Amino acid sequence: MHFLDFEKPIAELEGKIAELRHLSDSDGVNIAEEVSRLQTRVDKDLRSAYAKLTPWQKTQVARHPDRPHTLDYIKALIDDFMPLAGDRTFAEDAAVVGGLGRFKGRSVMIIGLEKGRDTETRLRHNFGMAKPEGYRKAKRLMELADKFGIPVITLVDTAGAYPGVDAEERGQAEAIARCVETCLDLRVPLISLIIGEGGSGGAIALAAGNVVLMLEHAIYSVISPEGCASILWRDGDQAKTAAEALKLTAQDLERLAVIDGIVAEPLGGAHRAPEAVYSAVRDTIDMHLNQLVRIDGGQLRARRRDKFLQMGRAGLE
Amino acid sequence: MNWLTNFVRPKIQKFRKPAKEVPDNLWMQCPKCSEMVFHRELEKNLRVCTHCGHHMRMPVRDRLRMLFDNAQWTEIELQPVAVDPLKFKDRKRYAERLKDAQAKTGLLDAVVVGHGAMGGLGAVVAAFEFDFMGGSMGAAVGEALVAAAELALLQEAPLIVIPSSGGARMQEGILSLMQMARTTVAVTKVRERGLPYIVVLTDPTTGGVTASFAMLGDVAIAEPGAVIGFAGARVIEQTIREKLPEGFQRSEYLMQHGMVDMVVPRHELRARLVQLIGLLLHKNPSADVINMPPQRRKRTERDKVGAQPPDPTVPDLDPYESDGETEK
Ligand SMILES: [Zn+2]
Repeated sequence: MHFLDFEKPIAELEGKIAELRHLSDSDGVNIAEEVSRLQTRVDKDLRSAYAKLTPWQKTQVARHPDRPHTLDYIKALIDDFMPLAGDRTFAEDAAVVGGLGRFKGRSVMIIGLEKGRDTETRLRHNFGMAKPEGYRKAKRLMELADKFGIPVITLVDTAGAYPGVDAEERGQAEAIARCVETCLDLRVPLISLIIGEGGSGGAIALAAGNVVLMLEHAIYSVISPEGCASILWRDGDQAKTAAEALKLTAQDLERLAVIDGIVAEPLGGAHRAPEAVYSAVRDTIDMHLNQLVRIDGGQLRARRRDKFLQMGRAGLE
Repeated sequence: MNWLTNFVRPKIQKFRKPAKEVPDNLWMQCPKCSEMVFHRELEKNLRVCTHCGHHMRMPVRDRLRMLFDNAQWTEIELQPVAVDPLKFKDRKRYAERLKDAQAKTGLLDAVVVGHGAMGGLGAVVAAFEFDFMGGSMGAAVGEALVAAAELALLQEAPLIVIPSSGGARMQEGILSLMQMARTTVAVTKVRERGLPYIVVLTDPTTGGVTASFAMLGDVAIAEPGAVIGFAGARVIEQTIREKLPEGFQRSEYLMQHGMVDMVVPRHELRARLVQLIGLLLHKNPSADVINMPPQRRKRTERDKVGAQPPDPTVPDLDPYESDGETEK
């Protein structure tokens, strides 16, 4: 497992446990008690560390390489997944994965940004940074779902839209704008979940939903803390300070009424017990979906639009 | 005048008066061709360099003045928004930055919304002031666009938006990002009503502004040489570690790549907009549309009404006289 800086003491304890377990295999003398004692300490340390993660620490957890990614969620939550590809204009962009499938028996369209797990898959998915064709593919899939009355679930995990010459040439800005527009145009339920990193325009492109949820340790921001620090502080090393100022945690966003709910993560973050997080996500999405499918399509669209129309109006402190 | 004027005078001026009141005898250096241009000449020429045709940024009310018939328009008062919702502080408090920007520009925030006649046809214009925190989009900018869209719906008038913006206003964090969705809803409503939504992309239009309402126009017009794009050129250069192609992210480049309908020099902008609105609405604009900047003159009561039918009363958008610029 990959450990974050602030998890170093925990990593040491877990290292000891592993050593002891190795011993117990050979000797079997009174090791179990020591292991259990250490495990209790690990749990306690994790609990206290994760109960008061700073925004900067959350940023690291949200980007944790072992954290479940979009494809992991699709595998866990969707039966009969049928991936669909391409924007019908230029290319297939694997940074955006999506397709039809069944969620608890119901037809859904699931679309998400996939970062990749190892060098090969990271390159294939371009580290989760979509190009215009990716957003145009997402738009196409949302429109397809709309046509057949199929609810849409979007999963967001991206550092941001890909900044490149080719992406600009093909209209990155326009592609994102149209994707947001399409989110706001759907007459089917749209549930968006930020599972890791919600990076700026590249994230909201898929996240203008009826219900926007975040995992407990996910982040969602207009700019990365590093980028913000280098612009406003003129010092990239101030990322920690910027992370605090930006109010990018799920808890902050819930207070600001920008998101509609938080899905709790298992102790020590989603990567420590993926099954637990899949189960929590499944229950939460199911609960919202059951409510949304009862609402008429025109109402779904009107309510979604009104929600975003209110954001930033006076009344927030 | 000599070189001293350019290098010494402007600095002194800064302390004495706001930039807007620079005396007529000041020389400016064109950032593109480096030639000296007489300030008064430049203003008369709509801030287009008289030597090389470079389009410099334009103060927002000069922009409105050049677009409306007889330089007459009415500004609307905008609803209050959540001010500094994050209590943001970087090297300086956001609240202070806001105050400074307000003092510098005489505006409450980066967008001014005006309505009036263009070629005798009613239009609503929302234009950005780049000098107000780089025209960045926070809740107030979102509010301005929402108000402009609502006004266009009420008046059944076309909506023209003229961005000049570096993108989202970071100091408003996630709420600035949400303005992308918010402004998209606003302009969508205008288009769904069958009213023209026209965007005039000016230098610069980047980031979250480009990736929302600015790229959703029924017709997209760009001013010559404007930087228009999503990602910043420096970020792209760092990503690809190569030099960027010639003219990258400039209006003409965008047109070549199919991202805008036309690149229109500033002197022709008003005429082109009037022509476009007329065509889209099956109407004939009045014949006296001129390309050159309209003459400045004092406004009268009659002028306020102008060639346009009287404005419907807007209940929650209290219209007030544009304070424009005082006569010099
Ligand atoms: Zn010049």
